[in-house]
Amino acid sequence: MSRLELSSGSVPQLARHARLRFDQSRQQWVLLVPERVMTPDEICVEILQACDGQATVAGLTALLERKYVAEPGVIAREVLALLQDLADRGYLIDREAA
Amino acid sequence: MDDRAFAAPEPAAGTAPALPMAVLAELTHRCPLQCPYCSNPVELEAASRELSTEDWQRVIGELAALGVLQIHFSGGEPLVRRDLVTLVAHADRAGLYTNLITSAVMFTRAKVAELAEAGLAHVQVSLQGASAPLAERIGGFRGGHAKKIEAAGWVREEGMALTLNAVMHRQNLDELPRIIDMAVEMGAQRLEVAHVQYYGWALKNRAALMPTLAQLDEATRIVEEGQARLAGVLAIDYVIPDYYAVRPKTCMGGWGRQFFNISPSGKVLPCHAAETITGLRFDSVREAPLAEIWQRSEALNLYRGTGWMQEPCRSCIHAEEDFGGCRCQAFALAGDAAATDPACAKSPLHARLFSLAGAEAEAGSDRFLYRNFSGGTPEG
Repeated sequence: MSRLELSSGSVPQLARHARLRFDQSRQQWVLLVPERVMTPDEICVEILQACDGQATVAGLTALLERKYVAEPGVIAREVLALLQDLADRGYLIDREAA
Repeated sequence: MDDRAFAAPEPAAGTAPALPMAVLAELTHRCPLQCPYCSNPVELEAASRELSTEDWQRVIGELAALGVLQIHFSGGEPLVRRDLVTLVAHADRAGLYTNLITSAVMFTRAKVAELAEAGLAHVQVSLQGASAPLAERIGGFRGGHAKKIEAAGWVREEGMALTLNAVMHRQNLDELPRIIDMAVEMGAQRLEVAHVQYYGWALKNRAALMPTLAQLDEATRIVEEGQARLAGVLAIDYVIPDYYAVRPKTCMGGWGRQFFNISPSGKVLPCHAAETITGLRFDSVREAPLAEIWQRSEALNLYRGTGWMQEPCRSCIHAEEDFGGCRCQAFALAGDAAATDPACAKSPLHARLFSLAGAEAEAGSDRFLYRNFSGGTPEG
């Protein structure tokens, strides 16, 4: 096994064992993963919901750039960093590489 | 299980307890293995007292309604139960994240496929060592080691997350580097390197299991080197033996705070070792709705929060971080479940515990007392 390194052409998707769910009891989104419950913020939820197995990292970035205002390159950097962090924890796969 | 704190909203003082995050469902105490550090109680519950399939299905529904997010199916060996696939499917449909904690020796290829189909997300396979002779001597089960490796491959083929749980002690710490390599070869995403915690069976076997301080330091070095080298490939979680610690562990994230355990017969326990504290009465899911037990159980309320604490815990700045450590360990070693966990450097018993660990590690016999339903069998 080697580290999954995402790039702008990657097609990230949540792994089978990483489940994004709205927790009715606590009224918040949770990402359920082995031995952990993560509480993603609003933008993270938006990104993960857009990871439909078709969208590329570049496409996800473009989607957010239409909605949020930031210095050039900032959104791309942050989207990639967030997804790479999840990939390093084993919660994402890359459909492009698969 | 591990004690990692989860992000969860905290209740204001004096209100109902927070919603529980996860539950350990001990389906049975039956197990083909006989590990001398088994986390089950010394008094194992007989098969005839186990909850039925219908009981568990009702309880799983109650868990989801109560706000529980994850269920860990454990044992004994949960694969002994013929209704495991049914229960996993029921939990998955109820919206619970499902995890199976197993020795893997009873897996068949078909069973792994059925569990994946039922929605099982994560499988944790125990390892007793890296070499078959040692691993099988510790588990007391011949042929088990190769079977685990084969079954772990099936888990990965089905796309389920794989964690390996390596319980470490004096007699297998030399194999730690090889265990880390094995975890990578087997395609695991996570490896738990957990030094034995001394309750129940492990307490009886403490002299045969306690590592030396030199071994502990070497293990810590190996784990840290592995964590750095394998970043993004294998996550290594590490639990140190608390006899050698300075600060106690935040046991279960605090008593009755985020987790609980359901025993094979349906008792609701704050942790799997809680029955070692004699004199506590635990409520059963056979007698009352789970939501009521979670809120009102006398045993759960006894050590919730910080109001029960004595000194030095009461005025300690860490009181809300580690909740005074482990109640079972305080009871076992200080004779009082409300005492400071002797693993804490502020406990008056700490220095004695530290030297006892060193002495047992140097002079203890390697002979095990194997876990079974008849009170244990000494190694022949």
